[in-house]
Amino acid sequence: MHFLLVAILIAVLQGLCVAGFIAPSTLPAPSQMLVDLYRVLGTADIWPSIALSFGDILLSAALAIVGGFCAGVLLHRAPFLRRGVEPFLASYYAVPTFIFYPVLVVLLGAGRAPIIAISVALAIVAMMSATLTGLDRLPPVLRKTARILRLSPLQTALRVQLPAITPDLFTGMKLAFSYAFIGVIASEFILSGNGIGYAIAYAYNNFDNTTMYGLIVFIVIVASAVNAALDALDRRLQSRRQR
Amino acid sequence: MPPIVVLLAALALWQAVHMTSGSADVPAPALTVLRLWQMLGASRFWSDVGASCLAFIAALLISLAAGIGAGIVLGLHQPSEAAVAPLLSNFYAIPKVTLYPIVLGIFGLGMAPKVAFGVMHALVPITLLTARAIAQLRPVYLRAAKVMRLNLATTVRTIVLPAILPELLGAIRIGASLSLLGVLIGEMFAAKQGLGFAAMRAMGLGDTTAIAAIGLFLVLFAVAINTALLTIERKTRRGITAP
Repeated sequence: MHFLLVAILIAVLQGLCVAGFIAPSTLPAPSQMLVDLYRVLGTADIWPSIALSFGDILLSAALAIVGGFCAGVLLHRAPFLRRGVEPFLASYYAVPTFIFYPVLVVLLGAGRAPIIAISVALAIVAMMSATLTGLDRLPPVLRKTARILRLSPLQTALRVQLPAITPDLFTGMKLAFSYAFIGVIASEFILSGNGIGYAIAYAYNNFDNTTMYGLIVFIVIVASAVNAALDALDRRLQSRRQR
Repeated sequence: MPPIVVLLAALALWQAVHMTSGSADVPAPALTVLRLWQMLGASRFWSDVGASCLAFIAALLISLAAGIGAGIVLGLHQPSEAAVAPLLSNFYAIPKVTLYPIVLGIFGLGMAPKVAFGVMHALVPITLLTARAIAQLRPVYLRAAKVMRLNLATTVRTIVLPAILPELLGAIRIGASLSLLGVLIGEMFAAKQGLGFAAMRAMGLGDTTAIAAIGLFLVLFAVAINTALLTIERKTRRGITAP
């Protein structure tokens, strides 16, 4: 159903381009973009950039997920700290954090470090909020059951609480991954010397439309595929909870 | 009380980072505030603020008109929502910055691509939040409209919109922060005016204090808007749920 809709949209766009309503200089036809994609992925020197970007995305997401989880658990345990932090959390995603990326570049140099730092900063709060939501929703009966079964605190955490909040944690992980993806590609695009985002910006500045449109299509396809896969998993986990 | 402690701790941390990193790299908090104060007296700063604000307001108004309109259509017609919503949420997960060259190709340089980019960030969440709020409306409201034989426009104006007012305010709040983000990212990549451009210009000069001051200004601006809208939103929610 959704594939059909996407197919119709692409077909309409193709039609408009072929009929000349959209000039190739404004937007090339989808078929042309696929040819560009094929050509770009055929060149050997793009693969190190792709590997670098995805390495940074995975690293940022991993750091944000682990850090966000720990921070969430800590805040849940420390009500004073939580009451102090919560008003700031409400405004966190309202602030364009990205404006501090240039500061990080000056601080950490123009390498991978500022990119990973800004991506973790974008992603970590989503994971932290998801962890807090999960822990808040934990029904008291689980803790009581664990006590009746005389589980140690560690056993309670690993065998009862962690499985119970898995759906919430997964939602947080999905968001953290998406923010890390956006953070890495956007920082590379705005200012860096490497990676897919940089390659797109470089191609834009050099009027290299083949590389530019090829890589844009590549990013759109990869981001959509990953998002669809994570969404499907997320929905399966959420439905398991309702049973 | 706890938020103030956290805020002071954050300031102390900032000061500590400043003192350990060497004065040139991380500007001291006091110096940043002083710099911002000086900037507020400069006409160049206000012309950048004006350019960003104009693009931000235009983007937000367009996103609200189109997003709430589309959200009403989707919310009242569930089959279209089921078909379109996954596509829209997928678009939300794409790093939209990679599409910016296409936006520049279509809209040229200047104000228009920034506004378009702000709309690209805010439109989808506003649409989805509006549609979901309508979908979760108590069915009796729409049945009442049917019984009273209200036409579509009257139903929307007198029943649907007042009933989803708190969610609508939430959508406006999220739309505001996202359109601001979109406008700023657009300015960071290709612009000759605006706060995003000013931050990039300061980075080119290695002037971290200026970037931090611009960042501080944007944080205060974004938090003020978010807090104001959040307060109104909570008040309306209480007003609706009260007996």
